[in-house]
Amino acid sequence: MINFQAIKTIYLFEMARMKRTLGQSVASPVISTSLYFVVFGSAIGSRINEVEGVSYASFIVPGLIMLSVLTNSVTNASFGIYLPRFAGTIYEILSAPISYVEILIGYVGAAATKSIIVGTLILATATLFVDLNIQHPFWMLFFLFLTSITFSLLGFIIGVWADNFEKIQIIPLLVITPLAFLGGSFYSIKMLPPLWQKISMANPVVYLISGFRWSFYNTADVSLNVSLIMISLFLIVCLATVRWIFKTGYRFKS
Amino acid sequence: MKNNSIIEIKQLCKTYAGGFKALKSVNLKINKGEIFALLGPNGAGKTTMISIICGISNPSEGQVTVGGHDILSDYKKTRSLIGLVPQELNTDAFESVWNTVCFSRGLFGKKPNPQYIEQLLKDLSLWDKKDNPMMTLSGGMKRRVMIAKALSHEPEVLFLDEPTAGVDVELRKDMWQQVRKLREAGVTIILTTHYIEEAEEMADRVGVINQGELILVEEKDQLMQKMGSKKLTIELSENHQKLPSSLSSFNLELNKNILTYNFDSKKEDSGICSLLEELVKNNIRFNDINTQKSSLEEIFVALVHKQ
Repeated sequence: MINFQAIKTIYLFEMARMKRTLGQSVASPVISTSLYFVVFGSAIGSRINEVEGVSYASFIVPGLIMLSVLTNSVTNASFGIYLPRFAGTIYEILSAPISYVEILIGYVGAAATKSIIVGTLILATATLFVDLNIQHPFWMLFFLFLTSITFSLLGFIIGVWADNFEKIQIIPLLVITPLAFLGGSFYSIKMLPPLWQKISMANPVVYLISGFRWSFYNTADVSLNVSLIMISLFLIVCLATVRWIFKTGYRFKS
Repeated sequence: MKNNSIIEIKQLCKTYAGGFKALKSVNLKINKGEIFALLGPNGAGKTTMISIICGISNPSEGQVTVGGHDILSDYKKTRSLIGLVPQELNTDAFESVWNTVCFSRGLFGKKPNPQYIEQLLKDLSLWDKKDNPMMTLSGGMKRRVMIAKALSHEPEVLFLDEPTAGVDVELRKDMWQQVRKLREAGVTIILTTHYIEEAEEMADRVGVINQGELILVEEKDQLMQKMGSKKLTIELSENHQKLPSSLSSFNLELNKNILTYNFDSKKEDSGICSLLEELVKNNIRFNDINTQKSSLEEIFVALVHKQ
């Protein structure tokens, strides 16, 4: 029997943590995104021609949302599971009648929810600066959900792997943010020299942003199918890693 | 006896990744409704054993059942029966007492029950602290919250891992009272401690564990009786070098003016009368007489050292 009560308890506990750190969780991504709009969209963007038939300020909207969703998912989920490990309160979760899958749903579900909220807030903020006309709203939501869940899974893995706060910070800072910046948040991959275009193809974030941007403006760096396959692959890798963690009890149980 | 046991541990072994053997084939049955004290020095394997039963650690070998269910294949059932108060005071610093206790109940899959939690907090004298964040509480109060968390889902078995470590005397007495109340309500209690006093005060049965081996399990009273020899100390009026030969039939030790006589109080004739008569006959005068029963602590030290 599924312990729904426990899933709900973990989920609500994590959401309450977000409420407590409202400034950190919500205000900071909204403010930093607004700054990007001012600097890139208005100041620099006014001197850049349209990209792929879209004004530059509008062009960067999907990339900016992805940038925040990626870092938020990873940070939220990694902190969510790392904090009880760090504080020692994990004993209670391990001794409760909960399966690993239920633990995962609680933590990853809450982290993904937060990211989706942040993504939606940024989208709302963006409408204050630019006119948005979303071509494929269903696909837009689909990408938003899938990305939030996938990267929350990645965050969960990092939170299980990390044994100090530095490791928790280092992945979003040194891996996710650079990948997101180089993944075409602020430019189209097609604007790069051929060699760099090829190198960029190794960056998984390119496919995410490309697919997400396609749902907004119907233009993409890579085809929709390739984007979908790449995200699914990444999701499968994360799920397999989580499965391995649970099977071996890695960093959970001695 | 068999139907009466709530926990059965069979040949339980635990070897940690580094090769350290924390438990070496432990067999133990815990009876329903009893208070069982698990005694042992630091690092003896007490916490390891509890961690395995509660699901925090994996067993290397052996089997454990709780309420007839296997702890691995039927973990949801066994864990629902168990409440655990761990040794360390690990809490969510920013959460209020009320929230953290309700969180525990939810984790165990129980529907919220504010009346029950209210009564629980009142019983543990935590009611006026219910809205305080955990980090503002004293160590003793935190310990109470840990107990409230463990009891939040109405468990049938309660593990108390060193419940009174670092707790002042008054609070300790208070907790003993709480534990007795729980037993009256039908909760089985397993407590680990290295305060022998605690086991002596509370336990129905005592298990002694040392270096991963359960070296003894006994009814506390029987244990005290069996191993409890008595000692008579006589303070003589003056120093003596030697005792008269008529006293040689007694098991005596003489150190200057202190004469000690070890005897078994359970025997029909303890020999005290004849000893005193002999002393008077030989004109050995004494100022004071004192008898002592060996405590569980002495029994324990003797057992552990014998190993």
